[in-house]
Amino acid sequence: MGTVKIDVHHLTRVEGHGNIVVDVRNGEIKTCRFEVVEAPRFFEAFVRGRSYDELSHITSRICGICSVGHATTSLQATEKALGVELSEQATLLRKLNFHGEIIDSHVLHTYYLVAPDFLGVPSVIPLVDTHKDVVLRALRIKKLSGDLCALIGGRHTHPIALTVGGLTHTPTERELRDMRARFVEARADMDETVALFASLPWPQFERETEYVSLHKDDEYAFIGGTIVTSDGFSYPIEDYRKVTNEWCVPFSTAKWTRHNRDAYMVGALARFNNNYDQLHPRAKEAAAKFGMKPLVTNPFLNTAAQVIEMVHCIEDGIRIMDELLTRGIKPEAPAPVEVKAGEGVGSCDVPRGILFHNYVYDDDGICTSANCIIPTNQNWANVNADLQAFLPQILDRPQEEIRHLLEMLVRAYDPCISCSTHFLRVEFV
Amino acid sequence: MSAKSKKRDRPRVAFFDFASCEGCQLTVVDSLQTHVELLEAVEIVQFREASSERREDYQIAFVEGSITRPKDEERLRRIREQATLLVALGACAHTGCVNALKNLHKPEDVRRWVYGDCAEWYETYAARPLSAVVKVDAVIPGCPIDREEFVEVVKALLVGKKPPIPDYPVCVECKLKGNVCVFHVGKTCLGPVTRAGCGAICPSHGDGCEGCRGLIPHPNENAMEEVLDEFGLTLDQIMGQFTMFNAYSEVENGEWAQ
Repeated sequence: MGTVKIDVHHLTRVEGHGNIVVDVRNGEIKTCRFEVVEAPRFFEAFVRGRSYDELSHITSRICGICSVGHATTSLQATEKALGVELSEQATLLRKLNFHGEIIDSHVLHTYYLVAPDFLGVPSVIPLVDTHKDVVLRALRIKKLSGDLCALIGGRHTHPIALTVGGLTHTPTERELRDMRARFVEARADMDETVALFASLPWPQFERETEYVSLHKDDEYAFIGGTIVTSDGFSYPIEDYRKVTNEWCVPFSTAKWTRHNRDAYMVGALARFNNNYDQLHPRAKEAAAKFGMKPLVTNPFLNTAAQVIEMVHCIEDGIRIMDELLTRGIKPEAPAPVEVKAGEGVGSCDVPRGILFHNYVYDDDGICTSANCIIPTNQNWANVNADLQAFLPQILDRPQEEIRHLLEMLVRAYDPCISCSTHFLRVEFV
Repeated sequence: MSAKSKKRDRPRVAFFDFASCEGCQLTVVDSLQTHVELLEAVEIVQFREASSERREDYQIAFVEGSITRPKDEERLRRIREQATLLVALGACAHTGCVNALKNLHKPEDVRRWVYGDCAEWYETYAARPLSAVVKVDAVIPGCPIDREEFVEVVKALLVGKKPPIPDYPVCVECKLKGNVCVFHVGKTCLGPVTRAGCGAICPSHGDGCEGCRGLIPHPNENAMEEVLDEFGLTLDQIMGQFTMFNAYSEVENGEWAQ
């Protein structure tokens, strides 16, 4: 293959704006990279001056897909800063809401954004005519997860009821029972989902990298825990800067990160690799259908790991609802807050990977400093390393196929570009 | 007219976004859960977030996001030229939403805080709603938009009617729901001056209204002050909260040039 020029301006079926630029002359790769061109929004700068009880409602607006993840992480940071402890019921409800968002985000990515690549269509819309059962199933799972988020947070996008110290609204026992019944019914849809995605011809490409996620010994970690990496490192959440080591690159409004190698990966595949033991047995069965066991080093299988996590969240969601129902759910005021100066770091493993929020508050509970490090931003260096490793392996294919495969590779990371362009300042005071 | 030619004559619709979380477009996608018939009524020719299809012959443009840099203006003007109807989708497009909180700060401070020494590499100016740059034909307010309201607006636009956006305050919907006023449980609420249409969703879930749908056309500030008086609050305190979603209407471009 002599010369290839690809310029995918504003990659589609991803959240936010990015370009893939490839320039190959006489078989030599001159340029091969992903550029983030999203407009920066400067959240860390403008939350300064706002009150502690506004922060989670402002920062959930970073992302429309993972607003529950941002709100939960934000609240965790604020609650640590102010020394607020959550009740057991509030902890369970937040976990359940979080599971709802993991399912919601993953069904969006797997069915709406990735499946069209394999079925040769530009979007999910033409599938309404050709694969109606698949589309209806996707809509059913999406509705289930959205309804769960709404049941707890008031609505899915930008939750209302999540507040410092707990929740301002509690679902009734009846509502929880109905939701539990729908989760049990959803098992059939999960079986079909696993069967569908396990049958897809995933592109063959292996490149081992460092996988970074949260970890807990007693559960598959989504909210809190410790930071672990597949290279054997472990850090308390407060030491997140030792992992992220951000730097700027001129062609990207998103900062890059690196740890033990030049790049690392976060997200469903990283969690799967680091926390396989904590997956629900049914999720492990799903993994077996994909032939997956750690260490999985094909980044395309990040989408498969998302399917496996959906199974986990359905099963664990049923378990959490059982626990809530056994304990007896009742309206409960948020824990009291004593406003004081302090600093806190929150971390959750949101749909696209590990997320950090770090705030400093003054004596009046006014934010004086803020830092948010978003998962997609942590993946950029790895996406580029993958693009550069993958391109030479497919250079003999027609240009159109190369373009399509590179797009699929970026899409596999489920990038959330509008999220990824407002990270932190270079130095944190 | 055959079914096929009917399908061909459907209005051509496109979705675009600028600085935003894209949650309003996701809400549009979610509206299909309950209104899959929308796909029969319109032809979507461009929707980057959901489809690789990209055609420029659209008639109705739904635009999410705020304008935050000069080059965004060119793109928005091109969309305006092509579209017969341009609809601002959600608070970022309608009011500037939280993006305009940066207008309350000094430009250099904002850029350096986030990008440090690399600040010069990235272009940005004061965040603004679409209407600060082009003529907007209709608005779907809210952060995020309300799914049902979106469907109602689309239906109205398709038959050439004015979109049914209420111009009364959230309090009206809240009272109809039989909610206990959140002022009575010690919270603050912008419901008395904020445009309804959300079904008072925040007060219905135990939280005060934060004003994401913008002010009603002629807010009764006296009545608001009376309510605040009763609970020992001042208009200034409340207006401080109002800036969360409405900083642009308060300071416009602030200390930012242009």
